Amino acid sequence: MARITAGLTTSHIPALGAAIDLGKTAEPYWAPAFAGYEWTRAWQAGQKPDVVILVYNDHASAFDMKVIPTFAIGCADAFQPADEGWGPRPVPMVEGHPDLAWHIAQSLILDEFDMTIINEMDVDHGLTVPLSLMFGQPEAWPVKVVPIAVNVVTYPPPSGNRCWALGEAIARAVASFPDDLNVQVWGTGGMSHQLQGPRAGLINAAWDNRFMDRLEGDTQELRHIPHIEYLRETGSEGIEMVMWLVMRGALGRATRMLHRHYHVPASNTAVGHVVLEPIP
Amino acid sequence: MTAPRDIHAYLAEFEDIPGTRVFTAARARQGYHLNQFAMSLMKPENRDRWKADERAYLEDWKLTAEQKQAVLDRDYNRLLDLGGNIYFMAKVFSTDGQSFLQAVSTMSGMSLEDYSAMMLAGGRSPEGLRSLKDKS
Repeated sequence: MARITAGLTTSHIPALGAAIDLGKTAEPYWAPAFAGYEWTRAWQAGQKPDVVILVYNDHASAFDMKVIPTFAIGCADAFQPADEGWGPRPVPMVEGHPDLAWHIAQSLILDEFDMTIINEMDVDHGLTVPLSLMFGQPEAWPVKVVPIAVNVVTYPPPSGNRCWALGEAIARAVASFPDDLNVQVWGTGGMSHQLQGPRAGLINAAWDNRFMDRLEGDTQELRHIPHIEYLRETGSEGIEMVMWLVMRGALGRATRMLHRHYHVPASNTAVGHVVLEPIP
Repeated sequence: MTAPRDIHAYLAEFEDIPGTRVFTAARARQGYHLNQFAMSLMKPENRDRWKADERAYLEDWKLTAEQKQAVLDRDYNRLLDLGGNIYFMAKVFSTDGQSFLQAVSTMSGMSLEDYSAMMLAGGRSPEGLRSLKDKS
């Protein structure tokens, strides 16, 4: 039987990907941002997950304004890195897990989550930067990936509560998949950042850290934060943190925090990263 | 519950955030062709045509005169006012070889040096920038 063994969250800032691709991670500006991932990379080597359910948002790469799915699941055999305007990132193709993805898609729809099923798409920095942060620059990624794309660009995005409930439904779907698979769920994006307007550059370390505090344990407070609070407190792009709640929902009743990292800045953004394990 | 009971109240609150344009349905409708134009720059052959003659390239798109001028001026605050979304506008500044840090600094009213220094010092504080009406 497939089982969710751990969850993690991480920012997916494109500049982190560029720093890895260009060999700049040891430079003084970048070193503290990357230092917080060293623990996780060593831990991952021991975990050896088979599949990562990777919750992210597309940044006008696979989806333009023609079609805006609130929740989409990638069911393809493989996903190519997207050309975001400067050529695709030099990273391996992302291998999917169509059997598990289709099983999750069907289960979620029967569980009243009306998913959009994606059979062909390229994946942008939102998905590939987290893989680079966890696994570096291998010839091939050591995991298969089930992408879950969440609309956090065009308002309204889904509520935090709905994202948490989607995570709970994903956990039920994984638990009913017959193959023996070690599955992790990753929630990406955030933390505080605003990429637009005169308020650009907003960072709220106190709010970000209170958010991370409440990922641990059995509190469900985070599912009730309204969109307006993310916008006011964490900047217009801080809304991406609702995607972390899909991961938290998938871990069940309670969690134990294994690792935590916070750093400002990476480009315009606060870097946040936690590793959690479920407490049954 | 996180679900808003009143869609009008939900949307009205977005207009109370200083220096911020939330990408609402109204902005998405206003900026549809602007954002789709930007999206076209994902293809290398389109980027080549765009770089060769920006004005001629824009003729193929149903942008308003104001939107076209704001694109040519790279006036990103104006583009957001005219329905542009930052992730779509990113295709334009990426094609120019600008990073997010460089492009975003142009919207902040600060020089790149001052903006970068602010970020290194921990970013812009939310104090006083949460709400226009509450001045909080």
